[in-house]
Amino acid sequence: MSGIVAQNLNRQSGLIKAAEAGGGAWTFISKTTASGDSTISIASGIDSTYGVYLITCKSIHPSNTATEFTINFRDGSTAYDADKVTTYIKIRHAEADDLDNFVYDTGNDATGTGGHLLMENVGNQNDASTSGTIYLYNPSSTTFVKNYICDFHSMAPDPAVADHILSAGYCNVTAAIDGVQFAFDTGNIDSGDFCLYGLST
Amino acid sequence: MSGIIAQNVGRRSGLVKGPEAAGGEWTLIQTITSDGSDATISFTSGIDSTYDSYCFQFVNIHAETDDATLKFNGSDDGGSSYDIAKTTNFWDAYHREDGGAAAMGYRVAEDAAQGTGVATLWRNFGNDADAGSSGYLYLFNPSSTTFVKHFISVGVVASSGTYLVHNFMGGYLNTTAAITAMQFSMSADEIQGGSISLYGIG
Repeated sequence: MSGIVAQNLNRQSGLIKAAEAGGGAWTFISKTTASGDSTISIASGIDSTYGVYLITCKSIHPSNTATEFTINFRDGSTAYDADKVTTYIKIRHAEADDLDNFVYDTGNDATGTGGHLLMENVGNQNDASTSGTIYLYNPSSTTFVKNYICDFHSMAPDPAVADHILSAGYCNVTAAIDGVQFAFDTGNIDSGDFCLYGLST
Repeated sequence: MSGIIAQNVGRRSGLVKGPEAAGGEWTLIQTITSDGSDATISFTSGIDSTYDSYCFQFVNIHAETDDATLKFNGSDDGGSSYDIAKTTNFWDAYHREDGGAAAMGYRVAEDAAQGTGVATLWRNFGNDADAGSSGYLYLFNPSSTTFVKHFISVGVVASSGTYLVHNFMGGYLNTTAAITAMQFSMSADEIQGGSISLYGIG
């Protein structure tokens, strides 16, 4: 790379040379759209290329009502069953203004190889879905446990409640994490988009 | 705007036209990787009026000493001194790996009330070989000479005693002077691994 292209690297305005593989520190890697799927897997693109990964889940709509939305992690085999420890903090407010709370929910945190609960009680009304983000740190490390931070929101059914779940965890393994899988505890993921981004560090 | 410049707006590779007002994207400014024996990690450049907001991303921070706390402070003189008065709030949730304990609460011992010394970012680091802790710290409008400087942080700590600690911290640097540097350290001994990356946003 030479001349004006090279000179313009890292400039913030005007005619610039974009960073490799897409502009800015964030790089879009993949998008997976659900359509009546029992699971959605992101089985590639999570590796040592980036130090931080972000998965955005947009308008994830279940086929069944009052379902639990989970994520699990692949740590070297074909199974999504990495051992983990998680937290689960719930903030709720009902549309009718007759319910509000802010609690740590010991019934929904987890230890073990099962799925990490991202959101409980997701409704399947036409206008209902859950959306949120997952930051996954240094998944390719073979030294450290794998930290991740989740922030999800949903509209619970009957009665309608704004549910906000803050959760986090670490995969308690030193094997690299190279894939993630999403599912509802019953029924299918009828629709929604799952986007994977990498952050240069 | 016309011709090739207009055509290249929004492109993601090659020669592109940058969005107006510097982007709306994250720009990596600097990454500091611990050499394994850092009493402090300091960002003494790159924090200025170029961006409205800044984000520090912490990846696998490893403490020398078990049960240490990750601390921070700001500087208004480019890092000559780190002594900004600050007020913070701090709460966390924890869960033990064996499922034996889990709770959430506000931690009075970790907040700050106008102190000029270091303040807690995240608490209770473990020093097991596989104990790495990660998360982020947003710093808003540090170059303002009108407002105090707000910050928000979330971190996941692989803790002493094999706990997961999910940290939440917010606050403001209570000064109208521009903040031009930030420093991180442990409450005891050194930062013995990991990296911290500074990004400018928008």
